[in-house]
Amino acid sequence: MASPPRPWLNPALAVGGLSPLVMLAVQGPRGDLGPNAIEAALHQTGLLALVLLLASLACTPLRLVFKWTWPARVRRTLGLLAFTYAAAHFLVYAVLDQGLALGAILEDLGKRPFITVGFLALVLLTPLAVTSTNAWVRRLGFPRWQRLHRLAYVAAVLGVVHFVWRVKKDVTEPALYGAVLALLFAIRGAEALKKKRRARAAVAARNPAS
Amino acid sequence: MSDKPPAEPPSSEVTPEALYLRRREFLKNAGLFAGTAAAVAGGLYLLGRKQTRPMDAFVPDAGLVAQPVARGQGPYDTDEPRTPYEDVTTYNNFYEFGLDKNDPARFAHTLKPRPWTVVIDGEVGKPQTVDIDQLTSWFPLEERVYRMRCVEAWSMVIPWLGFPLGKLLERVEPTSQAKYVAFTTLQDPEQMPGQRRSTLDWPYVEGLRLDEALHPLTLMATGLYGRQLPNQNGAPLRLVVPWKYGFKGIKSIVRISLTREEPPTTWNLAAPGEYGFYANVNPAVSHPRWSQATERRIGDLERRPTLPFNGYADQVAHLYSGMDLRKSY
Repeated sequence: MASPPRPWLNPALAVGGLSPLVMLAVQGPRGDLGPNAIEAALHQTGLLALVLLLASLACTPLRLVFKWTWPARVRRTLGLLAFTYAAAHFLVYAVLDQGLALGAILEDLGKRPFITVGFLALVLLTPLAVTSTNAWVRRLGFPRWQRLHRLAYVAAVLGVVHFVWRVKKDVTEPALYGAVLALLFAIRGAEALKKKRRARAAVAARNPAS
Repeated sequence: MSDKPPAEPPSSEVTPEALYLRRREFLKNAGLFAGTAAAVAGGLYLLGRKQTRPMDAFVPDAGLVAQPVARGQGPYDTDEPRTPYEDVTTYNNFYEFGLDKNDPARFAHTLKPRPWTVVIDGEVGKPQTVDIDQLTSWFPLEERVYRMRCVEAWSMVIPWLGFPLGKLLERVEPTSQAKYVAFTTLQDPEQMPGQRRSTLDWPYVEGLRLDEALHPLTLMATGLYGRQLPNQNGAPLRLVVPWKYGFKGIKSIVRISLTREEPPTTWNLAAPGEYGFYANVNPAVSHPRWSQATERRIGDLERRPTLPFNGYADQVAHLYSGMDLRKSY
């Protein structure tokens, strides 16, 4: 059964999802982010990028497990919010933290694996954000569009690795997000397996062994 | 009595049913929109809120201490602007109280810096266990305004109060066998709740070579900004070695041992590829995950270049002549 339309859902998600970013922009200059505001902004934007990306990847598993259909309606908004925070995270790093010192940024990207994988995750998310419109789904055709958007899985893995490699000690928090991601993958994997088995059974039913 | 039904209002006054329903629908949707937006915003805000200054930060009124004999004008003092007291006491790494920078200020009130005893032993002529107030009464208090450079590439300027470690060591008479000084932090999960988690191998230990320990820059701090050392800054006694990364400055010291061998140090044990025994501030040697060439002074927007030995090269570079500080980092 299709869920009710809930026309407020996506606008509410967009407004709610962007408000922490607006808060940062207000709090930073006011000095409410503590003694190291740039570090605080980096941590918050990075964390929210990962959380929102995981939320977007949770839509399908939620449908599979609970038969909910409404998450599918908000997946695009969640994905775009994740990209917005990932881009903000990079901009805070490049502009505020490094002061656009190109040499230092390039050295970081090339030499420091945790920065390399973080940047790669942002690069992978960019074409997904660009092709998020209905027009692009039509232009690419759904199967190709869907294959392209599976890059979100890779970006999420890179995001978790970026987080794990960043912490000095105690990986509890990044491990938590890694566990959520693994659970989401497991649900999708189990579903794919079930589908394959069902297809095989259907084939077997049609062509009974002699 | 008439059987006629009461006159209906003219149709022009009747709200069309569709519109009537749409209005209710609109109000309902507006409510759901506001509720959902607020819930999403609140949830995300709470998730991301760490790392900001706690509004209810515990900044104890540590109390003024007696005037130091020398006050911030000695040969080693910097005249760079001092980092505000509020920042020095609410932005700390002290994993015994939590991993976030604001955790120590929030949670260090469980530490009891009095009564407190310090064990001095090992290769010394006069091993002893001494009460902190007695120990500090042996030496005149000095103010030293030092740069502090954290290995995480932020820095502060802090007016410490204390006495040179060398004076304490002279008093306990190191033997000819003494080559290093080893320090140990209190271990008591009741007072230091972060020790209930095995984030690091507790208790925190640190060490210096004897000549580093005897250097006049090396300070045992008991206060800052003219006040008693707040708990989150390592009350009642901490080490300050201004040409080394901040983590060498072990806090809340309960034991000072002179040893023949290089003592183990906590961060070196935790990640030997990232944190060496020497930990001299060195812009030429990167941390594996970030450059050390520049730093952010707390309160500044822009980075500044990091100086070799944190700007104390004239005083301490000779201690390392002949050493390859890329290997002995």
